[in-house]
Amino acid sequence: MPNNSLANKILSVADDSFILGHRNSEWAGHAPILEEDIAFANIALDELGHAQLWYELYQELTGAEPDRVIFFRSAAEWRNTQLVELPKGDWAFSMTRQFLFDVYENVSLERLVHSTNPRVQEIATKIRTEEIYHLRHTSNWVKRLGLGTDESHARMQRALDELWTYALQLFVPLENERELIAENVVPDLGILRDAWQEKTVTHLSASGLQIPENIDSVPNLRAEHTEHLAELLQDLQQVARSEKFGVEW
Amino acid sequence: MSEQEKLQEFEARIARGEKIEPGDWMPEEYRKQLIRMISQHAHSEIVGMLPEGAWITRAPTLRRKITLLAKVQDEGGHGQYLYHAAETLGATRAEMIDALLTGKAKYASVFNYPSLTWADMGMIGWLVDGAAIMNQTMLAHCSYGPYSRAMVRICTEETFHKKQGMEQVIKYARGTPPQKAMVQDALNRWWWPVLMMFGPHDSNSPNSAQLIRWGVKTKTNDELRQEFINKTAPDLQLLGLKIPDPALHYDEASDNWISGEIDWDEFWRVVKGDGPCNKERLAARRDAHENGAWVREALNAYAERFEGEG
Ligand SMILES: [Fe+2]
Ligand SMILES: [Fe+2]
Ligand SMILES: [Fe+2]
Repeated sequence: MPNNSLANKILSVADDSFILGHRNSEWAGHAPILEEDIAFANIALDELGHAQLWYELYQELTGAEPDRVIFFRSAAEWRNTQLVELPKGDWAFSMTRQFLFDVYENVSLERLVHSTNPRVQEIATKIRTEEIYHLRHTSNWVKRLGLGTDESHARMQRALDELWTYALQLFVPLENERELIAENVVPDLGILRDAWQEKTVTHLSASGLQIPENIDSVPNLRAEHTEHLAELLQDLQQVARSEKFGVEW
Repeated sequence: MSEQEKLQEFEARIARGEKIEPGDWMPEEYRKQLIRMISQHAHSEIVGMLPEGAWITRAPTLRRKITLLAKVQDEGGHGQYLYHAAETLGATRAEMIDALLTGKAKYASVFNYPSLTWADMGMIGWLVDGAAIMNQTMLAHCSYGPYSRAMVRICTEETFHKKQGMEQVIKYARGTPPQKAMVQDALNRWWWPVLMMFGPHDSNSPNSAQLIRWGVKTKTNDELRQEFINKTAPDLQLLGLKIPDPALHYDEASDNWISGEIDWDEFWRVVKGDGPCNKERLAARRDAHENGAWVREALNAYAERFEGEG
């Protein structure tokens, strides 16, 4: 059923954006400079806001309320990539992850604004301007840290080595995603991966960083998670779950 | 003009209600007092991000999560804006941050109390931001232009924070039994620290008289505290919440809510660094600063290599 495959796709997009926003929000009050307490929180806010739009579409497709989906699902039911659930690490790690993700979002949104599904098209159009700004911001940081000092360069290279394989999971298609591609609802992930690869490689190289050559096995199923997701959910869901779903907060 | 004449002219300008601007002549003591106040105020915004920041990951709905993160981000913005205002008086950001991290500078001691449950987010928003608004509304009339303008802008956002806080407290006060218990417990813990936010008794506030004469402050600590109690106590009681002060009563003659005596020993203890979270708050700021050292070095190195040329 195409509607079902669309719902699954939308959920995976929403979950990625939500978990990344959640992780990045951990920097608020702890960033290396005050300007980034503000700017990085802003990016986190955008990611949470984008997740909200996708969860609303998910609700239209399945009837599931966003707060139930977020606060009353166990780890195995989440459909985010492992990339976004990893702990925030140091500033190089968080920035590199956000950059890799923002490039992915940009190449994806460029095409989703032409989706044959009017709701997908509408949401993508809303989000895209903010994503262009994110990418500008994170690209800038990647360059400054990649070319800054020996230490910042080493930290960026280490982050990239660790994150690269995880990022590739963004391009693993879901079951039945083919149907959505055939109907031009979402773009072909193979094409996205090429576009992503070209953009990231160009910018990372210009920032003095080397693309890892040995690629570990890419996590395959979005139902499989690291132990970090369970920890994250315990924190995320504890207040909400102190009451039954439906109690207002 | 002699120094004496300059001072007279300065005081005359203030008496006429004019704003003093960065390049204008001002007595050294005025500059010093303002740097002290504005930088303390900036530090309060920055340290104030911590007790609420700790609950962003635990917010119980997506909407609450977004508004809490936005609030914490606003406080960072207030800090930044205030540091700029202090810089117009010749202070540097590095000096001010150093004074905070070494414990030389003070910040609002209310942030040295822990945030223990989710209901604290509502209570902090209503009471702490509410108390800050009383103080900042006064400072919006301050004689120093950049400080006064910063206050106008900041107050708009604080008003929004307070509204969100009230909305939560009201909801929990009318909510499930655990929510009611949680919000009452939050009030029990925050009421007195918030009253202390207004500072020592007027009789123990050495700078007040001069600050009032120079138009920096227009009301005393006790006046502001009284206004806050009058405004807040009836609303809390209307919700069925119990204010943790057995002596609190309404005095018809003065039309004031009269509170019991503040525990001034506790006040001075916390101000002097021995509150429940002083060490933790400063440690968090120091960690952020130290962990960020390599980042700031990289930014400088990059700027020297690539932005200095051409
Ligand atoms: Fe983004
Ligand atoms: Fe503030
Ligand atoms: Fe506030």
